This record gives sequence, C-alpha cells and structure tokens, in this order.
Amino acid sequence: MVRPKTKRRETDLSVKIGRIKMKNPVMVASGTFGYGKEYEGLMDISRLGAIVTKTITNDPRSGNPPPRVVETPFGMLNSIGLENDGVDAFIEEKLPYLRKLGIPVIVSIGGEEIRDFARLAKRLNRVSGVAGLEINISCPNIRDQRRKTRSRRLFSQDKNLTFKIVKSVRRATGLTIITKLTPNVTDVAEIARAAQDGGSDALSLVNTYMGMALDISTRKPLLGNVAGGLSGPAIKPLALKAVWDVYNHVSIPIIGMGGIVEINDVLEFLICGATAVALGTTNFVYPNKSIEIIDGLKYYIKSNKLKSLKPLIGSLKT
Amino acid sequence: MRLVKAKIVSNKKVAAGRFKIRLAAPSISKAAEPGQFVMVKCSDGLDPLLRRPFSFHRIERGFFELLYQVIGRGTAALSERKKGERLDVIGPLGNGFDALSAKRYPLNAILVAGGIGVAPLLALAERLAHSVERIAFSIFIGARNKEHLLCEKDFKKLGARLYVAAEDGSKGYKGLVTDLLKKELYAKRSTLNAKVYACGPRDMLKAVADIARLKHFPCEVSLEEKMACGIGACLGCAVKTLIGHKMVCKDGPVFNAGDIIW
Repeated sequence: MVRPKTKRRETDLSVKIGRIKMKNPVMVASGTFGYGKEYEGLMDISRLGAIVTKTITNDPRSGNPPPRVVETPFGMLNSIGLENDGVDAFIEEKLPYLRKLGIPVIVSIGGEEIRDFARLAKRLNRVSGVAGLEINISCPNIRDQRRKTRSRRLFSQDKNLTFKIVKSVRRATGLTIITKLTPNVTDVAEIARAAQDGGSDALSLVNTYMGMALDISTRKPLLGNVAGGLSGPAIKPLALKAVWDVYNHVSIPIIGMGGIVEINDVLEFLICGATAVALGTTNFVYPNKSIEIIDGLKYYIKSNKLKSLKPLIGSLKT
Repeated sequence: MRLVKAKIVSNKKVAAGRFKIRLAAPSISKAAEPGQFVMVKCSDGLDPLLRRPFSFHRIERGFFELLYQVIGRGTAALSERKKGERLDVIGPLGNGFDALSAKRYPLNAILVAGGIGVAPLLALAERLAHSVERIAFSIFIGARNKEHLLCEKDFKKLGARLYVAAEDGSKGYKGLVTDLLKKELYAKRSTLNAKVYACGPRDMLKAVADIARLKHFPCEVSLEEKMACGIGACLGCAVKTLIGHKMVCKDGPVFNAGDIIW
C-alpha cells in the first residue's frame, strides 16, 4: 500500500495581537480604508489579517475645511480632521457590513476630551462584531491650526494623559486595546511604556508626522487647516526608527506602519520589532497591494524554509 | 468599479499643453457614464505617488478617451506615456450627469465649458444626442485664448449651436464665457425646458450657478478637488454643501449647483 506522503505544511502567517487572532500580520491602517465597503470590488477584503476602521467619535464631526490633501515628494499631507458620522451611525450603518467580512474588526476611537474614549469603549463593548479598539490619541488634525497661538498638545504627546486615557478604556472594556501613538515626540518609548502601563494590549506605530506645504506665489498653505499629517514612503525610515526605539522598551506587540509599499518594507518593520504591520497611504494608490503582500509573505516563508515569521521579529543585528 | 491595466491606443497633443489619451478598457467603458471619472496612476514609480482623477471625455464600446491639461508632475508624466504601454486605471467612479431623466421630454441643453472643463461635456453631449429624441444644444466654450478653445468641431458635428469666448478676444466673444452666456440667455425672452450643465474653474461655475438660478433653470456642475483615493475612503475631497460636507469623488463629481455653498 502506498501511503500518502506527509502533508506539506501550510505556511503559517498567523499572529496574535492581544486576544485577537489574525490569519496573517497584514492590516490596513485607520483612515486609509474607510469602513471597508469602499474597497469592495477592488480586492478580496476578507483575506486581510484585520481591518482598522476610520476613527469614530461619540458625536458626528464634519472635519476640517478643504483642501484636505496635498501630495508631497514620495508622500502626502492630510488634514481630514476625523470627519465621521458618530458612533451610533457607525454601529447602525457601517458595522453590519464589516461583521460579514469574517476578519477581525478593530474600531479606531477618537475624542477631544479624556472621558470621550471610555464612553466610546463602553458603547462598542455592547455590540457584536468588534474584535478590538484602537485608541487614536495621535491625530494631528483635530486642532485648529489657523490660530497663531501655541496649539495644545496631542494626548499622546503626554505620558500622563496617555496612561490616563488607556487606563480609562481598559476599565471600560474587555476588548483588545491597541494604542496608536504619534511619533511627534522627544521620546516615543516613554509614551509607549505609559500606554503599556495603562493596560494597552498592543501599540500602533506610527501615526502621521506633522508637516506643511505652501504656495510661494500666494504665500498660502496648501491645506485648509494650514498643517497636516505626512504619510507615505517618505516617512518609512522615520517610522522604522520609532518601532525600533519602542521595541526594546515594551513587552506588548507593536503594529508597524508608515510608508509600507512592498513586501521588503514589511520585512524591515518585522526585523525592527513589529509583530504585525498596516498599509496606509498605499491603499489609496494600489488598493490590492495588501493582498499581494500577503501572497508575497507566504512565498517568502516557503523559499526561506521558515515555519513562521516569528524569528524575524526584532531580529535586527546591531 | 474596476482596476485594470488599460492599453494606451494613442496619446496625442491636441493644443499647447493639452493632450488626449485613448485607452482600451472594455470593462470600464461599458459601465462608464458621462460625468464619471477614472483614477490614473500616471507613472509607475512612487513619486508622484497618488493617482490623478480625470473625467471621461469620450465613451465608446471598448474604449474611452481622456482630455487633459499638463498642470503638474502627474499630468506631465502622463503626457510622456507611449502608445502600447499599459496604464493602471480605476473606474468608473463617482456620479455623473443626470442625462437620462431628460429622455422623455424635449430638452434644451445648455452646456458651459471653461478651459479644460470642456472634457466631460463632450461625453455628455454625445450621450444626450443619442438618447434624447427632441433636443436642442447650445454649447458655450470659454478659454484664455483661441489656442485653448477645444473640441469646437466635435460639438458642431453633434449639431450643437456653438458660442465661443476668448478672454483675450482672439476668437469669438471677447471676455468671460459666463458674460457671453448671460448675454445670450437674456436676449431670449424664454427658453423652454432648459437645463444647464457646466464644468470649469470654480469661479466660473459659481457664476453659471447664479445665472441658472436667476433664470430658474436646473443646473448641474462637475467639480474638481484634490483627491487621494477617488473611492470615498480618505475623505480628502470634501466640498461644502447645504447638507454638510460631501465628497467630490463619491457624492459627485457632478452636483446640483443649488446644493453647493460656493
């Protein structure tokens, strides 16, 4: 009798972020993927490791004055200003579609007051189909930059506020919590530790870098809100540095993002210490790129005779 | 909405800094409506990074054309693309002109184009000419000078009544196309079943909207705004309307002029 040969091992790309099991480490970053449905027909969304929604707030927000986006070398600036219809509309209109995708749905939550975050967490705790929350305390666009006075700091530019907000969300929910941090700080590791101490299960690194673009003939800014957040390939070296800086100072997993376009970018983030990654601006340009990267990672594992991507994580040789 | 690698059939200069590109893309052209647009990756590299939006200029079976002006690095890169190459295109996107609700009625279509804004109006005119039984066409084309007046012949072929304005007086009416529009509309005592369709610079569209409102004509305008995604994901191309921010890519690019806060 001829026995079938031992079954070839399926490549295992799965990762765990908090209590969320993902079939692969490739996610899509908040604000670059709407609520999923926008990409229907352009790619197989159900193949993603997880989806992070556009940030939602308790009440509807109309966002910043246009123009809201401008292209810069190898990147773009945005100042959308967290435009969204509020949490109730999200649950009623957007969540049913996301639920059907069969992949972990991570809801990005934002606010202007400390108490906004726990309130959102409580509200989302009660509905099915939400796997985790990403606390967005790093959006650079929720302040009016047109005033010439010194602008208030972002929550995640302050370790005490970061700790306080994360802790309040931790108390409000048993869902997996990911805290998204701004890289616009002196020491991002210090903030990352504060998020970990507050009870965050993971970190998203990085949100956008604050920047500006202007027209010298009119001397006017090219964004309606004067300044905005820089994203795209231009920030990849900066984002890698932030991930590496944090990796050595925390024990919770890091989701790396900032300028990922190709599989090699993903591998770089893993080597610097990321457990998972997210594509952002690239979704706008090449909607199917995340899926191509997932296929690429499978091929990479096979051709390098690895069991998983785990040996890569934080394997930077210094 | 599809993502295709469309073959470039031709990419020709039609006037100084103005080009017309013809693409073979059956799946897109089949679904395309006048006023809708495509997002084009003008060059293969990462700089310029983002796709650029272009309205359909002409929709045919199996093919479509885009008429574009070289403004920045994206359009400059597009102008250098060669016949036979493949262009990465997503479309059709957005909401086009309401060309079909007029079908059953005699229609007096007034098309107003400013500069390169003439691009989507030809697709609209061709659709109207083929789908509306009793139609009268007036097309107002305006530009800085006569070199930049585009598509006159194409509109004439459709039997449209042509009015041209060049700001420098090098052809037709000397001045703004909106002044010519005002002059012509007020010369007539009444225009039955008129509908205005316009595309051009924002100031021009505002002026057209004002004229249409005073004449009580319904008016549709095709807006332009800087876009990143083109599919309603980034919320970058917001425009102020009476019912809050709307996205040019998903809610437009064609809007009822009366809904816009200019």
